[in-house]
Amino acid sequence: MSVAVPGAGTEKHEHGHGSPPGSNYWNAEKGLWSWLTTVDHKRIGIMYLISTLIAFSLGGFFALLLRLELLTPRKTIMSPAMYNQAFTLHGAIMVFLFIIPSIPGALGNFFLPIMIGAKDVAFPKLNLLSLYLYWTGALFTLGSLVAGGLETGWTFYVPYSSTTSGAVIMVTFGVFVAGFSSILTGLNFIVTIHKLRAPGVSWYRLPLFLWATYSTSVVQILATPVLAITLLLLIFERAFHIGIFDPALGGDAVLFQHFFWFYSHPAVYIMILPGFGLISELIAVHAKRKIFGYKAIAFSSVAIALIGFLVWGHHMFVAGQSEMAATIFSFLTFLVAIPTGVKLFNWISTLWRSSITYSTPMVYAIAFLFLFAIGGLTGLFLGMLAVDVHLHDTYFVVAHFHYVMMGGTVFAFVGALHHWWPKITGRMFNEKLGRISGIVMFIGFNMTFFTQFILGSRGMPRRYYNYLDQFQPLHQFSTVGSWVIGLAFLIVLYNLATSLKSGAKAPDNPWGGMSLEWQTETPPPTENFRVTPKVTHGPYDYSNDPNATGASDS
Amino acid sequence: MSAATDSPIGPSDPKKHSPGWSIAHHFDTADQQFDSARMGIWLFLVTEILFFGGLFCAFFIFRSWYYEAFVEANHHLDKVMGAVNTMVLIFSSLTMALAVRSAQTNDKKKTVLFLLVTLLCAGAFLVVKYFEYTHKIHDGLLPGKWFHAQGFKHANAGMFFAVYFMMTGIHGLHVVIGMGLILWIMIRANNGEFSQRYYAPVEGVGLYWHLVDLVWIYLFPLLYLVG
Amino acid sequence: MTGPKIDIGSFWLPKQSSTIAPSIDFAWDVVLWTCIIFFFLLMVPTFYFVVKYKRKKETEVTSAIDHSTKIEVVWTVLPLVILIALFFVGLAPWVNASVAPANAIEVQVTAQKWNWSFRYPNGTTSPGKLVVPKGKPVRLVMSATDVLHSFWVPEFRVKQDAIPGVYTSLWFEATQLGTYTVQCTEYCGGPEGDVAPDKPGGHSDMLATVEVVDEQKYKDFLESGGEDKSIPIAERGKKLFQQWGCNACHSLDGSKLAGPTFKGLFGREEELADGSKVKVDENYLKESILVPTAKVVKGYPPIMPVFQGQLKDPQIEAIIAFVKEQK
Ligand code: HEA
Ligand code: HEA
Ligand code: HEC
Ligand code: CUA
Ligand SMILES: [Cu+2]
Repeated sequence: MSVAVPGAGTEKHEHGHGSPPGSNYWNAEKGLWSWLTTVDHKRIGIMYLISTLIAFSLGGFFALLLRLELLTPRKTIMSPAMYNQAFTLHGAIMVFLFIIPSIPGALGNFFLPIMIGAKDVAFPKLNLLSLYLYWTGALFTLGSLVAGGLETGWTFYVPYSSTTSGAVIMVTFGVFVAGFSSILTGLNFIVTIHKLRAPGVSWYRLPLFLWATYSTSVVQILATPVLAITLLLLIFERAFHIGIFDPALGGDAVLFQHFFWFYSHPAVYIMILPGFGLISELIAVHAKRKIFGYKAIAFSSVAIALIGFLVWGHHMFVAGQSEMAATIFSFLTFLVAIPTGVKLFNWISTLWRSSITYSTPMVYAIAFLFLFAIGGLTGLFLGMLAVDVHLHDTYFVVAHFHYVMMGGTVFAFVGALHHWWPKITGRMFNEKLGRISGIVMFIGFNMTFFTQFILGSRGMPRRYYNYLDQFQPLHQFSTVGSWVIGLAFLIVLYNLATSLKSGAKAPDNPWGGMSLEWQTETPPPTENFRVTPKVTHGPYDYSNDPNATGASDS
Repeated sequence: MSAATDSPIGPSDPKKHSPGWSIAHHFDTADQQFDSARMGIWLFLVTEILFFGGLFCAFFIFRSWYYEAFVEANHHLDKVMGAVNTMVLIFSSLTMALAVRSAQTNDKKKTVLFLLVTLLCAGAFLVVKYFEYTHKIHDGLLPGKWFHAQGFKHANAGMFFAVYFMMTGIHGLHVVIGMGLILWIMIRANNGEFSQRYYAPVEGVGLYWHLVDLVWIYLFPLLYLVG
Repeated sequence: MTGPKIDIGSFWLPKQSSTIAPSIDFAWDVVLWTCIIFFFLLMVPTFYFVVKYKRKKETEVTSAIDHSTKIEVVWTVLPLVILIALFFVGLAPWVNASVAPANAIEVQVTAQKWNWSFRYPNGTTSPGKLVVPKGKPVRLVMSATDVLHSFWVPEFRVKQDAIPGVYTSLWFEATQLGTYTVQCTEYCGGPEGDVAPDKPGGHSDMLATVEVVDEQKYKDFLESGGEDKSIPIAERGKKLFQQWGCNACHSLDGSKLAGPTFKGLFGREEELADGSKVKVDENYLKESILVPTAKVVKGYPPIMPVFQGQLKDPQIEAIIAFVKEQK
């Protein structure tokens, strides 16, 4: 039962302004202005993709710089003040300008409407506004580079952030604005999924990427406003000394941390849930198997999103909160691991009796399973009260979150970028180079960050410009690892860039996928589907139909 | 593409079906478009509630810490002005609801009239607020470091005014934005753009305005009455 | 002497040097091995499937089994049980670490950019160096003067933030003699602009040492106010002059700060606020330091802090020796 795309049984539902045959979203209109004023979700997705990748390169550039500084204790290439700026900007750019907006903004925008058979998101103009807000926020955040710098750490803890010099107000305002972009995107996606599904796309026929995006959007809507008000309070504290966070005026410095983590812990699920969604797609398509435990995977996303709101205090076990609070937060932290485990188990079961190609997206997906498992499991160390007392604010934490954010989300993102590259650009990339990039990145990543678990548990605190001599060998190894990661990204960049010029033309459905985005043209026309599709089966129904599996690689 | 028939989110009601009205390219029916807009507004209101929620949280925390100071500081707010403003806003909520109703019943004249009354109420609210603020500033009843009023028995009254100015200030900003929105739909209503088939913007602004009122209805007793 | 260092006890962790370290390490071992087991539980099948189910031909038919309620329940409930167990394993040593024994020695800790200072119940104050007796519980009551800091001794497995305007505390009982390194683990900034390569970099150089000594040495330390007799006395005085912040108000070069300069102070004839005169000798100096208001120098406000009960005799002697040198 393949998708009834342009054929019998499909409801003819034209609106009289379908784009001419052969035209696609890319060539429908020309010129920069047509891009800047577009309301086409695909074009907005592309602009998000480019912007977030630039942010990632910039964040990565700072990462390489700060790793270089850590090659030796004391001064290697920069002053302490510069080092503090380097890791702050690295963290802030990676979190606020890259990982939070990237997958929803780029891939979510491009594929969400297509995957439900819609012509666009519910509010296309609002979508464009989100992008402009993101750009404005980015401008302010990066403006700090020339306006006095920022050296508060990405967490902006008071009273340091309310008293230090530098462009704190500018950056917090930038993050505040970018936050509204995030809220509006989430709002748009929720309404789109609720209201714009094509005939036959029931909730249980949504691709898992959309369940993940949906859960992410819920978190974006519920958590981001609290970040907004927190940042506003911080701005007022700094500008007018209103005293909310200043102990000298009766305020409370720890209150800021509660506010901050009330957003930023759920935010780590804003970062990982879309990655989870991508992995479901990659594994199902490249192993050509019906996904195992569809409902379990779908609802575990929702569960993670909800439980994720109740655990923020695990960042503050030694910050002076009450013992009772710490105990409860620790307990709840462990509960998040259950829905996450359910996902991993189901993905692995999907590999069982499947048909796996060692394609580039699959290589990244397997690397994801490996790295995210480590990242998630080490989260449990940190959730354990007594153990976290030792590990808090050490490189163990740094390693933990790079394993989940870089090893998890970024690997999923790069894998999915390859997966959908043919659909987005109409070109095939070099498979061999793709696989090599994945393997090199995997090796470099483990060199860089596994080392940091050891560093941290042995006593190396984070945000340290200088360190005890005994840690130098491990730091050096880690720094060399970061160069290997850099090399891997250069390969990715080279591979994708050359594919645009000399890659083979991509067929509509190179991997034999079943979800809707593979049923339309490559690249898709402006209205996504020339004829509104009518869906009669789920997105992963490979096994019911032997012919469907045979139809790949056309 | 009408809403999916097997969707758990109610199938579209054929009686409400109103084809022919200018529907954006990516929607199939006016209902779908209208339902989407309404859902969007509701979600936006949720984010607003969370936004204010953070401030209410801060209020309750500091109030429990500095209970005496809060009670004392609260006596320096002008309850009469606060009460007047509460009445003004509640009344404006009523006129807003009537405006939405008139739009639904194709009554252009009344729509514009009710919107105008709402707008005037909002203006009146701001005028009263202006007098309150100047009074506070004159007396040195200011946040944190700027607090220099004399004769307070309890320390940390500045905290009360930090919360007071943050909350009423952000609420006031919402009122100002609301006035802009009301003006906007008033002009559109005057141009006859709304009808019983298309009144989503009026309803959306109306919902927003009700939220602004609602926030004030919590702010008034908390800040002015119980402190 | 080599620089500060942390003694490593096992592949992962520093040496255990406090009474709570073994129980925390037990929790570490439990979670470590649980995670290793689960990691293999996940990865062995993954790689087995990847190899076994490699696609051989395009028309392969894959399994249609898309769920199994039984197995879903297993992999939900089993981890649930294990995770709750892990929670309790992590809770137990933490509860112990939270409640200090009643007989603990209480030391006040003040953190500020970028140094630590410790103050004992008898008034002895010791910047940058915490001396504790082996086998006695010690409770640190901490506060900060500027921004957040955090006190960490890896070998003791204790860590606690120091917060301005709030008192936080931690306790430990050291089990091994020796010197340990305190690192600040809450980011607290650094000096602005460039600094010389060998100069401290702020947060990452906010170190202190913990000396675990025997009972007798600890007593001596308290008596001496923390003075190390092996260093020449005037040099110690100079250090105290800086550590205690005298240099904020007293110059050595003759310039007038908030207080009179120390240049040429010893032996000078000083006119007091009440018009009387006094010759500066050891006794006058001692009195001026301990109770500055007793004799206030003419032309200066009586703003100097009282050091009675803070500086010990050996320290006063060292300062006096240092003042004598400022000719
Ligand atoms: C994508 C982002 C992401 C994700 C998904 C996670 C996931 C988790 N994180 Fe992490 N975390 C961060 C990003 C993330 N984290 C960041 C950025 C910080 C530092 C911020 C800063 O200070 O700068 C941080 C810090 C952080 C801390 C604070 C550490 C400290 O500062 O002292 C803690 C403490 O509890 C923690 C715990 C966890 C846990 C329990 C999970 C869980 O969700 C993991 C669940 C997954 C698994 C457990 C693996 C699979 C499960 C199974 C196979 C089930 C069976 C297993 C068993 C029974 C053992 N994280
Ligand atoms: C999405 C999140 C994300 C990602 C992907 C990364 C990626 C990396 N991070 Fe990051 N990191 C954070 C989020 C992230 N980090 C956060 C939140 C912090 C905490 C900050 C704080 O304490 O406040 C942190 C802190 C942090 C530290 C600790 C600093 C300290 O505590 O003193 C270190 C140290 O090694 C580090 C290293 C790296 C490295 C080597 C990478 C590499 O994986 C980077 C790889 C990327 C590249 C190499 C760029 C590739 C691009 C190209 C090759 C294109 C060519 C273009 C140019 C060169 C311009 N990071
Ligand atoms: C807050 C500023 C301040 C600090 C800090 C301070 N002093 Fe003073 N000191 C003064 C002032 C003012 C005077 C003069 C008035 C007086 O005699 O009380 C003074 C007077 C003195 C005198 C007498 C000098 C004279 O000319 O007769 C001595 C000795 C002295 N201080 C020693 C010290 C020592 C030792 C310390 C540190 C342990 C110290 N002071 C720290 C402000 C300070
Ligand atoms: Cu003090 Cu970091
Ligand atoms: Cu967290």
